Amino acid sequence: MTVQPPASAFRTNAVVVSGLRRAYGERTVIDRLDLVIGQGEFVVLLGESGCGKTTLLRALAGLDPIQGGTVEVPGRPAVVFQEHRLLPWETLWRNVTLGLRAADARARAAAALAEVGLGDRLDDWPRNLSGGQAQRVALARALVQEPKLLLLDEPFAALDALTRLRMHGLVKDLVARHQPGVLLVTHDIDEALRLGDRVLVMRRGVIAAEHRLSSHNAAATARAELLRELGVALDGGLPSSH
Amino acid sequence: MSVTTQFDVAGGRIPSSAASPGVRLGAGSLVALSWLVPVLLLIVWEALARYGWIEPQLLPAPSKVALTAYKLTVSGTLLHDLSVSLLRAAVGFAIGGGIGFALGTLVGFSRLAEALIDRSVQMVRAIPFLAVLPLVIVWLGVGEGQKIFLVALGVAFPIYVNTTLGIRQVDPKLIELGRVQGLDNRELITRIILPGALPSILTGVRFSLATAWLALVVAETIGAQAGLGFLALDAREFLRTDVIVLTVVIYALIGVGADSLARLLERRLLTWHPNYGAGR
Repeated sequence: MTVQPPASAFRTNAVVVSGLRRAYGERTVIDRLDLVIGQGEFVVLLGESGCGKTTLLRALAGLDPIQGGTVEVPGRPAVVFQEHRLLPWETLWRNVTLGLRAADARARAAAALAEVGLGDRLDDWPRNLSGGQAQRVALARALVQEPKLLLLDEPFAALDALTRLRMHGLVKDLVARHQPGVLLVTHDIDEALRLGDRVLVMRRGVIAAEHRLSSHNAAATARAELLRELGVALDGGLPSSH
Repeated sequence: MSVTTQFDVAGGRIPSSAASPGVRLGAGSLVALSWLVPVLLLIVWEALARYGWIEPQLLPAPSKVALTAYKLTVSGTLLHDLSVSLLRAAVGFAIGGGIGFALGTLVGFSRLAEALIDRSVQMVRAIPFLAVLPLVIVWLGVGEGQKIFLVALGVAFPIYVNTTLGIRQVDPKLIELGRVQGLDNRELITRIILPGALPSILTGVRFSLATAWLALVVAETIGAQAGLGFLALDAREFLRTDVIVLTVVIYALIGVGADSLARLLERRLLTWHPNYGAGR
């Protein structure tokens, strides 16, 4: 990853990707991809399985090497994965402060856990948490680092429907408060429309479509278009907007 | 369930062994029963020895063994020999465990170290460690060195194998998380890899405690000047079967003690682990 010196653009941009190429051996998964995410902007990436969404996210996280182009991120991005990935042998506050270099680590963990509604569980163990609670701790762990870029790799996919809805609200609030640029990878169109400022559709390694969501009406139209772009054929034509 | 219902079930049309009255036992009675059997065996043994059904020189009565234990404790012999044996076990365990852990860590982390070390270690491991005893005596004589060496040899392999295995089995997703969170190599090892490997390492410790003990029993029966094995050998010269039986019992007790110690360690160090933790 090429992290360039903080240019003036970084005051407003959380990530600048240009000409990104990612290949596994002979097979190119992402080719000449450009993407800019602004500070505080919530971008959702939709696409079928195997279209390269997670590959893109991992490249932005610096987890995989890239074969061409540049990815510029100010500081280190934070990632929330589909699994909570809490260390079972450490208490919640120690989990939250993993990698955090600060003298007042415990106080910061307390604040971060309070933000996700688990302020009274600092010294509890991960095994005593439900799936939704564990994912909230993972979210606290990501945000305690005050990242400029927050990468969410289907973090709600393993949760039940009600918990997922609650998590949507929580994430929206937290992002509004901390103002990181966000890239959320998901399969769920309604999740995308609920959370995203901008929804991207990825197909065969390139960004095939883009929707800016500014109003409710735009979301309804975008939903129909997104379904078509994702190749979901609905009997009886497009769903009526509601 | 009322008594009437019990009879209804037992005498009725539903055939069920658990439902027949008189056989039904609570958990408490079952525990009591499980202790009753060994106690009965002891009483039978005592009776047989008392009434001369067993030659006292072949197998002394349990009461005689207990009396001998008391006498030897009062005279200080038993405590001295016991401490000598325990010291040998501890020193051998520390040396063997240290070597096993160091090599296991090296091989667990580095493919190069694995290529260099693992095959040779596995080859040596294939030898039953007690089989090298004659060779060890030639090298080190019959002094303390030989005994400690044998214990260390027996301990090193279980610790080595389980340390390597534990490190290899750490969830790669957690290691990836560590990198995302910006941990350096040292933090990665101390906060993710070693804690992740700990359950496996402790299993190795438990195995090796048993091996250490076995190694000591064998090593001490050859040319010891002190220790439990010496006590037993010395007693053999004078046909003191009561002392021999006593040493056997003590070996057994220490084996049980070592196992509880290992389990205590597991409970203490693995509080977080759902299978070991001391509750929520």
